[in-house]
Amino acid sequence: MLHIVACIKQVPDTKIIKMNPKTNTMDRRTAPAILNPYDAHAVEEAVRLKERYGGTVSVVTMGPPPAVTAIKKCIEIGADEGYLITDRRFAGADTLATSYAVTKAIEKISKEKPVDLIICGKMSIDGDTGQVGPGIARRLDIPPLTSVNKVVELNPDEKYAIVHRKLEDGYEVVRSTLPCLFSVEKTINEVPYSPLPNMLRAARYQPHIWSVDDLEDVDIKQLGLKGSPTIVSKVWAPPKPAGGTFLEGSPREQAEQLLSVVLEKKELFQGKGGM
Amino acid sequence: MDFKDYKGVWVFIEQKDDQVASVSLELLGAGRKLADKRGVELAGILIGENVKHLTKTVFEYGADTVYLYDQPIFKHYRTESYMKGVLDCSDKHKPEIILFGATSTGKDLASAVATDLPTGLTADTTELDVEEDTGLLLASRPAFGGNIMATILCKKYRPQMATVRSKVMKALEPEPGRAGKIVEETISLKEDDIRTKVLEIVKETVRKVRIDEADIIVAGGKGLGSYEGFQLIHHLAETIGGAVGASRDVVEAGWIDHAHQVGQTGVTVTPKIYFAIGISGAIQHIVGMKNSGLIIAINKDKEAPIFQNCHYGIVGDAFEIVPILIEMFENALSKEKVDIASKG
Ligand SMILES: Cc1cc2nc3c(=O)[nH]c(=O)nc-3n(C[C@H](O)[C@H](O)[C@H](O)COP(=O)(O)OP(=O)(O)OC[C@H]3O[C@@H](n4cnc5c(N)ncnc54)[C@H](O)[C@@H]3O)c2cc1C
Ligand SMILES: Cc1cc2nc3c(=O)[nH]c(=O)nc-3n(C[C@H](O)[C@H](O)[C@H](O)COP(=O)(O)OP(=O)(O)OC[C@H]3O[C@@H](n4cnc5c(N)ncnc54)[C@H](O)[C@@H]3O)c2cc1C
Repeated sequence: MLHIVACIKQVPDTKIIKMNPKTNTMDRRTAPAILNPYDAHAVEEAVRLKERYGGTVSVVTMGPPPAVTAIKKCIEIGADEGYLITDRRFAGADTLATSYAVTKAIEKISKEKPVDLIICGKMSIDGDTGQVGPGIARRLDIPPLTSVNKVVELNPDEKYAIVHRKLEDGYEVVRSTLPCLFSVEKTINEVPYSPLPNMLRAARYQPHIWSVDDLEDVDIKQLGLKGSPTIVSKVWAPPKPAGGTFLEGSPREQAEQLLSVVLEKKELFQGKGGM
Repeated sequence: MDFKDYKGVWVFIEQKDDQVASVSLELLGAGRKLADKRGVELAGILIGENVKHLTKTVFEYGADTVYLYDQPIFKHYRTESYMKGVLDCSDKHKPEIILFGATSTGKDLASAVATDLPTGLTADTTELDVEEDTGLLLASRPAFGGNIMATILCKKYRPQMATVRSKVMKALEPEPGRAGKIVEETISLKEDDIRTKVLEIVKETVRKVRIDEADIIVAGGKGLGSYEGFQLIHHLAETIGGAVGASRDVVEAGWIDHAHQVGQTGVTVTPKIYFAIGISGAIQHIVGMKNSGLIIAINKDKEAPIFQNCHYGIVGDAFEIVPILIEMFENALSKEKVDIASKG
């Protein structure tokens, strides 16, 4: 039976986030924690593939205990099982340490039930790097397929997948062996409102919660801050530019001044308008 | 790991359809500065099939050396094959810094390479500097949806890696005939070793708008009020031969397709002229257009942050100003046409 694991992250809603201008840190009170929007599409795609081919969908996240809420959101979308790995020793992880920890969790999950496919979001809306997905694939030594915007076919028996990868000017059709990892675009699907039975199940659902000690063959040195080659050394507010000249006068006068400024760049307009 | 063994600044040269990607040329410009500050070589790493002739361009834009992997197995970009090329080259020649364009290919490749090396990878860099004596790369990037900038360091590993946004760094003026050293490498990789196959490449038949290539962009925001109101933007753009840009809120409202969105989660643009009409000027929008040549803002709120980020501002109602502009441009430009036509 097909077993798909979706990797998810709980993030502050950066759309309504407020920054503390003195410290340049987030004011967490203003930013409710949500399921990373890209990951909702990852879970939705996993659920659709389950509906098409049969099987099970698990979701996994590394994060603080409140990340249980994000897992419940995935159960609402239609995931079957949720796994939270949480431990102080994970704290401060960059993408390399994150992919290491999540890989250890997936390895443990796949001992119980072998994994055919892993689906990640394109990127998170806070760290925003898009590096974790390919990192997990490399660590598991399976092919990473990024920018996936359509799954054409999945064949768990013959162990291959065919997908579309978005390109700047179109897409490419790629065939990969299974297991493999997809990082999916938001355009791959639309996440509908969750059906009531899923909501009810999510309300009662208790995810599996593991600490570092529950995982196997973990090299503690590769976790968290210690296992992170990158460090954030300085944080500042983006510089504010000086600002421009206001044009004065009636709307027509303003428009006239603007016209003369713009037409100084005459060369841009030659040959325009059907010449 | 002895840092002294790692020398030189590298740029991954992205190529497609027999052309070097413009972001790679920009990175050669940025890489040149880093290399000169450190007193080391700037090298390009070029992977593909039948791409040797592209080395000429790479030298003209500032590289001293090109490491070339020119083999049939590299016909299409695939993470696993290209990654093996970069890893092979890095093992043999040990650079201190490798830069990639923050394109989908560059990000995909860099993420895989950094995991295998392993080393740190800074994402979506918009500012680059290096410490002259230690060689420490100072890579700064926006995070939390553009609300902050952060400088990311990688102190304990070499090479240091970063992906860099396109249209942020400046390419050097190409120096025709500038030559350099080509180091040809091969790796023994059989097609059967690669687990992915590109079956087909489909170019989208409707030519996708590429607003990042336009000289003039007329961008509209939520201030246009409705889909119908937004048509004013199309009208002005048509009149002056510009492309249409939009804020995210406009795209989310469904007034126009995402391909037109300027900013953090849209396209970064650097046209010669950028009109921001009914756009408030949120930081996520500004990061995508602030390097434009001439920025003109029209907004009815004098306090709108867009006015901090423009060269010329008009405080007023778009529905009053823009029709006047359209009319004036129509007159002025048809006169231009006559002028040019009469010159022959
Ligand atoms: C200001 C700032 C800047 C940073 N810059 C960098 C940097 O340049 N380089 C760097 O290496 N790190 C950086 N980090 C650290 C990085 O944000 C964290 O490592 C984070 O845990 C994962 O990276 P991401 O949020 O970018 O995820 P992405 O790589 O963008 O996430 C892609 C996908 O991976 C999966 N995923 C991500 N996180 C998890 C998780 N915790 N559990 C399960 N699945 C997950 C999801 O499917 C997600 O959609 C930065 C952090 C901060 C605060
Ligand atoms: C993670 C993240 C990523 C984002 N990425 C992007 C991005 O890529 N691009 C982007 O644009 N935004 C992005 N945003 C959203 C951004 O924060 C703003 O919400 C958005 O840019 C606002 O769009 P707007 O200026 O059109 O609308 P508003 O902020 O609503 O501004 C409308 C403006 O129109 C003016 N106005 C109203 N009526 C008139 C009139 N009749 N004539 C003239 N002026 C008028 C008003 O004074 C106001 O200033 C992002 C946000 C987040 C959190």
